[in-house]
Amino acid sequence: MTRIFITAIILLASFSVLAIDTGEAFDDPELQARYEKIIEEVRCLKCQNQTIKDSSAFLADDLRREIRRLLSEGKTDAEVYDFLVERYGDFALYRPRMSGITLLLWIAPGAFLLVGGFIVVRVLRKRMAMPIDIDDDSEPGQVTS
Amino acid sequence: MIRFAIPLVVLALMILVFIKGLDPERDLNALPSPFLGKPAPQFELPKLKNPDETVSNEHYEGELAVVNVWATWCVGCRQEHGFLTELAAENLVPIYGINWRDRRDEALNWLVQLGDPYVASGYDEDGRVGIDWGVYGAPETFLISKDGRVLHKHLGPLSRYSWEKDFAPLIAAETGATQ
Repeated sequence: MTRIFITAIILLASFSVLAIDTGEAFDDPELQARYEKIIEEVRCLKCQNQTIKDSSAFLADDLRREIRRLLSEGKTDAEVYDFLVERYGDFALYRPRMSGITLLLWIAPGAFLLVGGFIVVRVLRKRMAMPIDIDDDSEPGQVTS
Repeated sequence: MIRFAIPLVVLALMILVFIKGLDPERDLNALPSPFLGKPAPQFELPKLKNPDETVSNEHYEGELAVVNVWATWCVGCRQEHGFLTELAAENLVPIYGINWRDRRDEALNWLVQLGDPYVASGYDEDGRVGIDWGVYGAPETFLISKDGRVLHKHLGPLSRYSWEKDFAPLIAAETGATQ
C-alpha cells in the first residue's frame, strides 16, 4: 500500500519537470549555457510574471526561437538584449539596464534607506537630549530609570 | 513652519501617485511601445489572400495608415472586427492587417464570414514580424504617420470610443500639419 502511495506521489510530482522548451539544443555546450542564461533574464510579455524559460505561451516560444537564431548567428549577449529592448522596451528584461528612467528604479531603494535612516537618527538624537521625566505617565510597574 | 511643510509636501506627492495609480482607464498590463515617434518596423509578408504577392511598408508609404494585428483565435479581434469594418467603410484611413500566428484557412474563412476591412493582410505564420513590431498580444493597432513613424499604439480591442479619443486627434493634427 505504502509503495503504491509513494509511486503515485512521485508520478504526480514529476509533472512539474515536463519540458517547456521544445526547441533544439545547441551542439556547443557553451552556446547552450549562454542561451539558458538569457532566457532566464527575459520576461514573457504575455504572462508578465514569468520568464520566457518558464512560459509555454507561444510568444515565449517565438522569443526563444529568435534568441536561438541570434545566438547561432554569432550575436553577443548584449546584442540579443538590445534586440529585445528595441522591440519591447526595458520591461522585457528582468534586470533593466541602468539608464534613463530605469535609473530611478535602481536608486530608489538606497535613497529611501538613506532618508529613513536620517529621520531615525534625528528623532533618536532629539529624544536622547530630552530630560528624563520621573513623573511621567508610564504604566504602573514599568521601570523608569 | 518646516514642521508643517514636509508632511504637506509628502501628502501632495502621495495624492499625485494615487490619482495616477487609481486612474480607471489605466491598464496595468499595457506597455508603452518603444516605437512611439520612431520609424515603424519594416516588414514584408505574403498576402493572406494571395500568397504569391507580398504586402510591406511600401504599400502605405507617404500616407497615413492603420496597421492591425489580428488572429482568429483572438477573442478581442472578434470584438473589434465590427468597428474595423465600419471604419473601413468611412474611407478615412487605409487599414492593413497582420494576421499573426494563425491558420490561413481559418483566417480566410473569418474574412468571408465577418467581412474584410483590410486593404491587405500579411500572413505572419511564425510570428517573426509580430516580434519585430513588439507585438505581445492580439489585437494591437498601430497608427502610422505619412513619413512612416508610429504615432500611436492601441492594445486590446479597438472601439469607437478609443478611436475618437486617441486616434482621431492625432489624425487631425497629422493631416492639418502636412496640408
